[in-house]
Amino acid sequence: MKEINYSELKKGGFMRQVQKGYFSMRLRVVGGRLSAEQLKKIYEVANKYGRGYVHLTARQGVEIPFIRLEDIEAVKKELSEAGIEPGACGPRVRTITACQGSSICPNGIIDTTELANECDKRYYAQELPHKFKIGITGCGNNCLKAEENDLGIKGAVKPEWEKSSCTFCGLCQAVCPTKAIQIDEKNKKITIDRDKCTYCGRCVKSCPTNSWKGKPGYLLYFGGMFGNNIALGKQILPILFSKEDVHKVIQATLEFYKKYGKQGERFRNTLERVGWDIFKKELEKAIENERSDFDE
Amino acid sequence: MSDIKADVFLDITNLVCPMTFVKAKATMEDMEVGQIIEIRMNEGEPIQNVPRSLKEEGHEILKVINNNDGTYTIFVKKGGQ
Repeated sequence: MKEINYSELKKGGFMRQVQKGYFSMRLRVVGGRLSAEQLKKIYEVANKYGRGYVHLTARQGVEIPFIRLEDIEAVKKELSEAGIEPGACGPRVRTITACQGSSICPNGIIDTTELANECDKRYYAQELPHKFKIGITGCGNNCLKAEENDLGIKGAVKPEWEKSSCTFCGLCQAVCPTKAIQIDEKNKKITIDRDKCTYCGRCVKSCPTNSWKGKPGYLLYFGGMFGNNIALGKQILPILFSKEDVHKVIQATLEFYKKYGKQGERFRNTLERVGWDIFKKELEKAIENERSDFDE
Repeated sequence: MSDIKADVFLDITNLVCPMTFVKAKATMEDMEVGQIIEIRMNEGEPIQNVPRSLKEEGHEILKVINNNDGTYTIFVKKGGQ
C-alpha cells in the first residue's frame, strides 16, 4: 500500500481527522471574503464529498470535514473551478484575516480588503520556522484583534486641529476615549495630548465642521500569540503613513524570522530570545528613507 | 444651560444602540429643515456614535453640553435632504 505523506497533505490544506481515512480540508479565504458563487460551490462539495456541513474557524477560515483520502484530488479540482484554493497549515504564513474596513464599515479608516489581498499575493504560505499569522483591522475598535497576531495591522488617524472652522461645540472632547483633548472655550483654544492619543480618529469622524483633519495611517503590532502561551503584540514603531512602508516592514519581519527563528519557535519567542532592539533596528533600516514619518 | 432654543426635545438615555440612533433619526424625519432638536443621551457609546451618524445624515451639530451626570445634551439643526 502506498505510504501517505501527511506532511504534504497538511501543507496543501488537508488535516488528518480523528476518524481514520478522513481529512478536514481548509480553504484559502482572504480577508474573510467569499463570493456567493464560491459559497455555492463549497455547499456542493460539502454535500457531495463531506457530510453536508462546514466548520468556520476562529481566523475566518472555512473547513470542510470528512473528505475521504481517495476524493482529495476530485475535491481540489471541483473547488478550483470556482476559484477556491486549499488553505495553508503548518509552518508558514497563514490566512490573512481582515475586517470589512473603510470600504464597508463607517468606523473603518483603512481599506483592509485591499491590503489583505496585497498581503495574500506577497506573503501567503511563505515557508517560515513556525506558523505566522497576519491580521488587519480597520480601526481602533479592533474587530480583528491586531495584537493577537504575529503581525497585526490597525487603521489609525493622526489628528490635526484647525482653529478657523471650529465652533467649540465640545464634541471632540466628549468622544475622545482617552481624554486627550481639552477645550478652552473661553480662550478659543483646543489642545491634544499626543502621549494620550491612540489615533482612533473619533475626533475627526465626529467633528461637525471638519476642523479636525486626519491623516490615515497604520499601526503595526509584533509578536502576538494566543495558543498554549499567550502574549499581546507590541507596537514598536510609530504610525506609518505609506502602504509601501507597511510592506517593507512586513518583508523585513519575515526575513528576520527566517534568519533568526528556530524550527518550531513562535515569532514572539524568537523576538524574546534574539532581542526586540535588534528587530526594531532591522525594521527602521527597512524604512530609513522615510524618517519623516517618525516626526511626532 | 444653552442659548440655543430647540423646537423639539428628545431623551434617549433609556435606549441602547442601535435604537438610540433610530429614535433620533425617526424623530428628525418629522421635523422641518432648519428646525433644531435637543437630544439628551448617555456618555460612552451614544455620544460617540449618535452625533457622528447624524452628521453623516447631513444634519448640523450646533452644541454639545456635558451635564456632568453621565449624560450629554446636543443641539442639532436639521439639514436639507
